Amino acid sequence: MLTLLFDGIAYGMLLFVLALGLAVTMGLMNFINLAHGAFAMAGGYILVLMMQKAGWPFLACLPVAFAGTALLGAVLERTIYRPMYGKPHLDQVLFSIGLTFMAVAAVDYAMGSSQQNVQLPEWLRQRFEFGSGPWMLGMGAYRLFIVVSCVALALGLQAILSRTRFGSRLRAAVDDPRVAAGLGLPVDRIFLLTFAVGSGLAGLGGALGADILGVEPTFPLKFMVYFLIVCAVGGTSSITGPLVAALVLGIADVMGKYYAPKLGAFIVYVLMIAILLWRPQGLFTREAGK
Amino acid sequence: MSAAARLLAPSRWRVWEYALWAAIWATPLLFGQHAALINEIAILALFALSLDLILGYAGIVSLGHAAFFGVGAYGAALFAKHVMPDPLVGLAVGTALAALLGLLTSPMIVRGTDLTRLMVTMGVALVLLELANKFDSITGGTDGLQGVVMGPLLGQFEFDLGARVASFYSVAVLFVAFLLLRRIVHSPLGISLQALRDNRLRVMALGMSVQGRLAAVYTLAAAWAGAAGALLAQTTGFASLDVLEFHRSADVMLALIIGGAGWLWGGLIGAIAFKLMHDILSAFTPQYWTFWIGLFLVLLMLVGRERLFRPATWFKRGGSP
Repeated sequence: MLTLLFDGIAYGMLLFVLALGLAVTMGLMNFINLAHGAFAMAGGYILVLMMQKAGWPFLACLPVAFAGTALLGAVLERTIYRPMYGKPHLDQVLFSIGLTFMAVAAVDYAMGSSQQNVQLPEWLRQRFEFGSGPWMLGMGAYRLFIVVSCVALALGLQAILSRTRFGSRLRAAVDDPRVAAGLGLPVDRIFLLTFAVGSGLAGLGGALGADILGVEPTFPLKFMVYFLIVCAVGGTSSITGPLVAALVLGIADVMGKYYAPKLGAFIVYVLMIAILLWRPQGLFTREAGK
Repeated sequence: MSAAARLLAPSRWRVWEYALWAAIWATPLLFGQHAALINEIAILALFALSLDLILGYAGIVSLGHAAFFGVGAYGAALFAKHVMPDPLVGLAVGTALAALLGLLTSPMIVRGTDLTRLMVTMGVALVLLELANKFDSITGGTDGLQGVVMGPLLGQFEFDLGARVASFYSVAVLFVAFLLLRRIVHSPLGISLQALRDNRLRVMALGMSVQGRLAAVYTLAAAWAGAAGALLAQTTGFASLDVLEFHRSADVMLALIIGGAGWLWGGLIGAIAFKLMHDILSAFTPQYWTFWIGLFLVLLMLVGRERLFRPATWFKRGGSP
């Protein structure tokens, strides 16, 4: 029971890190980027390649995955994403679905369609157990590592957003890009940096969760729905909303798969529809719509 | 030109429309060996027409249109298997079931933003997919529903393996649906829908019921999608989880976008272009054809349809953005 709860939390934290970039781009640029999962996949593949081909240790690969996808995100933002910002939502959705299709087929072509194996280091394969009976808590070191690093990331991001100069500029740009630009803030550059960091976080999440989520070409399509659920349910105006939504989703998914294996995803979707009907703008929004 | 005449002008039949329909009717006669492909195209075109009604005319973004397609398909297949094998009655049953689902889910799409609508429509389709997977004793689960035997069409034409009868059947249903839809979009209801798409607030201020109109059009579109699903189940004699999958919703959206949303021929032309592109590309690179579809989409969205299809404007700077 507690073990399941813990696994759910680990899964939820992972989803949070993966979806955060999407939530920020959605809130900031009002851009629905369905290709976000492709960046997560890129992170996963960078990790696999570095570990298998170059023989780097797991920990050293994580920053590389982050930097690599952030760079990729920055380049793509500059070249092809920027012209799409002003377009209608439908165009953005189709554009990013097209990108996703391309990414899936390209990775399939380059790396093969099978799932890649990740060799976790020895110290991450241990397992700690506390208590006994129905309240036994078993924690895999790998999941513990995920929870710890994701919590650290969330705290760090929260601190950056609320304490630093960049954070306040970002919040200003999210609230009203036109006024922010009028006040002389370099909104373009803030967008670029945010997009890059968001993609980097997705890549980091994909690398971090390589063993839970799996690294395979259909990854972006498989998890696209989950990322979108996190953003739609959590709302995109704060960091707390996606966090809570991701935790609820992670726990509901793990529990659902364990107790009702055939109904697992069903529960998640029904929950999402119910929440969206109740609060169409997401759970944690300050005002209802613009 | 007076306002009334301007509103009525697009409802008149043009010469090229007659010509195109004559050509569409001629294809199953002339290209009998490709009857299966023609059948598929007609079904996709009907499905795209129904999406066009809500997306192009009413401006409702939906990534879960497969829900209605799937309900129509399973409804028709189960009806043929357990009640009676007549295709036309089965078609009516599948259509009615999908319309019912559309009516029930229509309150969900009147609230919220585009993102909420995307998620809710997608969610409905996914919930149905999970249900179909769960109740595999009824639907056959991942193996699909087998043993659907259709009776002869109108009591005389047996469905053959070469799909010739099927292709005529689908084209006929498509034709009827097109005629009906053409009436609807040029009726006061259709015109008010376009007004609603362009400026919802103003339509509300004019005292029209936005919710009622949206519910009506969503139900209608659901019915057409259900008919398309029923056609697929009947002409292939098979229904599987595939009819509810996400890629169905995405495919029909792509077809409609390629043809252009907001006019009725968009769905038809898009379906033809999409299926032919799919056929040619997958013969060329069976595994990686999605890459080229994706590339095409990205280019289409980046460059814009007008510019992409008019090569003369490619090297001019400026112009309309």
